[in-house]
Amino acid sequence: MSDGHIIISEEQVAHVARLARLGLDADEQRRLTDQLNTILTYMEQLSEVPTEDVEPTAHVFDLVNVYRADETGRRAGGTSLASQEAALSNAPETEQHFFVVPRIVE
Amino acid sequence: MSSMRPIHVLREQLVSGTLNAVALTEAVLQHVDAVEPELNTYVTVTAEQARQQAAEAADAFARGVARSPLQGIPLAIKDNICTKGVRTTCASRILERFVPPYDATVMQRLQAAGAVMIGKANMDEFAMGSSTETSHFGATRNPWGHAEYVPGGSSGGPAAAVSAGLGAAALGSDTGGSIRQPAAMTGVVGLKPTYGRVSRFGLVAFASSLDQIGPLTQDVHDAALLLQAIAGHDPNDSTSGDVAVPDYTEVLDRGVRGLKLGVPREYFVAGMNAEVEAAVRAGIEALRQAGAELIDVSLPHTPYAVATYYILANAEASANLARYDGVRFGFRAAEPADLSDMYMRTRAEGFGAEVKRRIMLGTYALSSGYYDAYYKKAQQVRTLFRQDFQRAFADCDALLTPVSPTPAFRLGERLDDPLQMYLADIFTIPMNLAGIPALSVPCGLTTDGLPIGLQVAAPPFREDVLLQVGATFESITDFHTLKPDGLPVTCKGDGYGL
Repeated sequence: MSDGHIIISEEQVAHVARLARLGLDADEQRRLTDQLNTILTYMEQLSEVPTEDVEPTAHVFDLVNVYRADETGRRAGGTSLASQEAALSNAPETEQHFFVVPRIVE
Repeated sequence: MSSMRPIHVLREQLVSGTLNAVALTEAVLQHVDAVEPELNTYVTVTAEQARQQAAEAADAFARGVARSPLQGIPLAIKDNICTKGVRTTCASRILERFVPPYDATVMQRLQAAGAVMIGKANMDEFAMGSSTETSHFGATRNPWGHAEYVPGGSSGGPAAAVSAGLGAAALGSDTGGSIRQPAAMTGVVGLKPTYGRVSRFGLVAFASSLDQIGPLTQDVHDAALLLQAIAGHDPNDSTSGDVAVPDYTEVLDRGVRGLKLGVPREYFVAGMNAEVEAAVRAGIEALRQAGAELIDVSLPHTPYAVATYYILANAEASANLARYDGVRFGFRAAEPADLSDMYMRTRAEGFGAEVKRRIMLGTYALSSGYYDAYYKKAQQVRTLFRQDFQRAFADCDALLTPVSPTPAFRLGERLDDPLQMYLADIFTIPMNLAGIPALSVPCGLTTDGLPIGLQVAAPPFREDVLLQVGATFESITDFHTLKPDGLPVTCKGDGYGL
């Protein structure tokens, strides 16, 4: 339970779930609101840490962009990419060489 | 097979001919059949493929061409590492039937070395958890403590498999402690390499700036052998480091005389389990007696580790898991009304409660209006963690800490309290935030007979120092030889060989 401290409302939880394309039932939504408030309350402690002028770290080591050779069908390491057939083999629904999804445009 | 021997011992027997690779794999498979109903360490057992690989290894030994130390060695592979033609589920319903069309780089390397894969080991769903209870395929049980406790997580399947002799060693992955914490809780050795030391190509992504594959083994020597096989630059992973890989077995008998070992005061906090603290302090003292110089150091941002990590890791996870939409692979909800309904229900039905919680936290932390307060702030604190370690390593060669504030807990005990579960990772998360390597070695048992781990951490790409300290620790203690039935194999007295 979130000791009454509200950071995120149930309406906001519903909004975030829509952003994440995550269907939630009413029970889940209530329970998640409680749990997220508990967790976010704990996370508020970060505001104690002075971070003015501190550069954010997205990645721990200096990286340079890596380009592979511009060849079709091969990975950077030279190994072959999966065939079209293999790439389609895990799809829930396919037709010819396509992934099938519900109709988007009427 | 409950007395499964380490890789380097099996190797001698395989080379001398006193052990046959086919017989070894058969014995492991039989043991798996016998104890799996109780422990549930594997999601998929690949018996047929294992027998074929073992036969090939036996043939190589017969022809005298078995040159790799891993030839014929039976291994458990965490089920988030892609294996061509063998389903890779991440212990999630959404990937229950996913069969990768390619092998992870680490799998290509293990196959080239002639290793045998026994199966795909259980884990927390998408590696999100610290107990292996969030698996879609049911919890794994700790071989210690009469199977009443969790094995830790998220690599609980690999850890329990090694502990119970269901493989000579294993590969796991570690995003915030997922190799080291289960290793500590099941009495085996676990090594999280430097970020970039081992290719992540083919590791199903959880938090891409933190994830790293590493070994779980019966002793430090084996960790050196397995790391040797998988370490090194990979052109297929642009984040893998182009840094030379040393011979890791060379450092194993160097001792610790002359090494400066830092003991960070923030890792011994009020409220931690007294038996864990006592065992870890005794381990540190043993290393001092072996010739190391102990130094008091401070890592002042340690208390903020959990908050920082659970913002960053979940933010990355929420983006990485956006690909599970029911279109190209994995589960799709039945008879969707339209595209949006397909996304919403596929993800609602395909993901478990912990994964949903983390996607929600991560999406919130990245959402408009909250990004600066959560995500950017956590990235800034991450910089402070890196600086903490840089300062500490200016004064010492390695750090000694506990792995987890508590030993293994009982099944179900923390499932309804996610924050309590997250706090279990406080001593392992900082190394992932800083990208540095760390090792867990067994350093004691509680009065309930549950294993305790000592953590060693080193500067980037200095896994050799971890192995040097770990091997020295094993040379002066017997804890790594203890087996889950509570009966030590060679242990005398209190584990210090006294």
